[in-house]
Amino acid sequence: MLIIENLHVTIGEREVLKGINLEIKENETFILFGPNGSGKTTLLMTLMGFGNYTITKGRILFRGHDITHAPIYERAKLGIGMSFQRPPTIHGLKLRHLVSMAAQGKPVDVDAMAKRVNMTDFLERDVNAGFSGGEIKRSELLQLMSQQPHMVLFDEPESGVDLENMKLIGHTVRELLGGECSMGTERSLRMAKCGRHVAGLIITHTGYILEYINADRGQVMYEGKLCCESNPRDILDHITRFGYQECLRCLA
Amino acid sequence: MKPINLKEFDFNAPAPGQIADLNSLSEADKHQLLMAGVDVTADAVSGTYMHMDHGAVHCKTRRDGVEIMDIKAAMAKYDGLTEYMWKLVDKDKDEFTRAAHDHLHGGYFIRTEKGAKITEPVQSCLFIKGDMTGQAVHNIIVVEEDSELHILTGCSVAHDSKGAAHMGISEFYVKKNAKLTFTMIHNWAENTVVRPRSAGVVEEGGVFLNNYVLLKPVRDLQMYPTVTLAGKGAVARFNSVMVAPEGSYLDTGSRILLNAPDTKGEMIARTITTGGHIIARGHIAGNSVPARGHLECKGLILGGGIIHAIPELEATVDGVELSHEAAVGKIAQEEIEYLMARGLDEEEATSTIVRGFLNVDIMGLPAKLQQVIDQTISECEKDMF
Repeated sequence: MLIIENLHVTIGEREVLKGINLEIKENETFILFGPNGSGKTTLLMTLMGFGNYTITKGRILFRGHDITHAPIYERAKLGIGMSFQRPPTIHGLKLRHLVSMAAQGKPVDVDAMAKRVNMTDFLERDVNAGFSGGEIKRSELLQLMSQQPHMVLFDEPESGVDLENMKLIGHTVRELLGGECSMGTERSLRMAKCGRHVAGLIITHTGYILEYINADRGQVMYEGKLCCESNPRDILDHITRFGYQECLRCLA
Repeated sequence: MKPINLKEFDFNAPAPGQIADLNSLSEADKHQLLMAGVDVTADAVSGTYMHMDHGAVHCKTRRDGVEIMDIKAAMAKYDGLTEYMWKLVDKDKDEFTRAAHDHLHGGYFIRTEKGAKITEPVQSCLFIKGDMTGQAVHNIIVVEEDSELHILTGCSVAHDSKGAAHMGISEFYVKKNAKLTFTMIHNWAENTVVRPRSAGVVEEGGVFLNNYVLLKPVRDLQMYPTVTLAGKGAVARFNSVMVAPEGSYLDTGSRILLNAPDTKGEMIARTITTGGHIIARGHIAGNSVPARGHLECKGLILGGGIIHAIPELEATVDGVELSHEAAVGKIAQEEIEYLMARGLDEEEATSTIVRGFLNVDIMGLPAKLQQVIDQTISECEKDMF
């Protein structure tokens, strides 16, 4: 699904990613750990194609297409969907409108989807205007449900979220990764799958999201490089006990 | 910028006479009026007033509780309306107020009855059909105690206008616990010069909501309506949305004087230039406590032009709370990229953001008018990027 080869990325003059190699297969969810400033978010932003991130070397293949230099919307149309950690407020744009635009012409039932992530009351509000942490996450998920991506990029699903919201978010991410189609309809409540293969790339610090999803593999990002590939729970356990410094060893 | 010479304009041609059925207007004129938010065929209005060039052509009241008259008729009936005429606007303020005084062609007098809640809007239309016509109107609106009124005013010139000058005096009286929503839509042309001179006073517990929309070119427009909140708990809000293409010069603003305790004033101005020059002023003065005022002024420069925001806050007593936020610049790249990540290409993303910026939902307009404005916005979008 996603192949990243020797990816080097700079922000301004500074090289942040220093040779990333990663393959994520269909139906696989990959968990990314790492200290603040190590380059995790940069990797997600680069995969989505944001302007401030300059690829100086390497390439990105997604579903057989070389998207290294593709514009953001082409990546979105190919099926990359990202949940933003701090999305901007867009004044005058109703969440309902954005959710229906995100479907890209596919028929979606915005109201039914909104109900599932408890966002009904927000559909007529300006996107992200005054949303709390949990509301932003639910709004992002609602947009992804409408997008039905093949690959979900999620930057810290837990940040700013209370426990009750965490449960809702966890279940929704699980459904998204399960490739449920037309998530808005009654039928899909019974976990109807439509054969869509969905992969995930999720950044987490706390690991709470691991309670809800089947994560296959994980790695630690450390100073712009990936290291310590293992089962995500083992990695989390290791970081909890020894901190990130230990990663220096596996890098060496 | 070319100075305005009022001598170039004809203020003296005879008035056109009555038009009993506005449906008899030409399709082109009707379209111009529609783009100014006035639907002459509308049934869902409480009344219609129309003024063309130098005289009132149509005046019809459809509901009880509201009186709609040509100003000249009202002056004849009510002893010159001395209680209201030129009480809030100084007739010697400038050459334009003097011209309006000396050449009075008409305008509307709209007054509610005490306690009357007029749910459907009253629509009024000030239209300039003749070339190089100078139009001078005087409007007086009185919203009596405990009553409610929504006025839609559309101002327009004929489609092929070669030049026109509009002088409009408006005086608003919002009495105790009354509520006035006043929505004005301007649909001028590249060679129209416009000088509204407006002022209002709001008494205890009264509410004055003022909406202004300008999406089409205008040569030179200058206005600075002032509202005085004179009674305890009075509220005023100005919402304006303006677009200035190349060749347009707009010097606009509004002023709220918080002159009584518990008053609240708010101004929200959103401006876009696509080559024109906009001066966006705003002034809130807090002269009584407790009183609160907030001024918001946002501008986007899309392909040339000038936006000059001049927000002013003036507090003259301890404890007044005034704030403002002003921002002029371009569309945030972050917003464009966010929408692109949902599959919109750059142009779609930009246009979605601009539409949001210009959105007039907050004005609470009738659905049909909302549609007209949305349609006008999409028509002028092609000039924006």
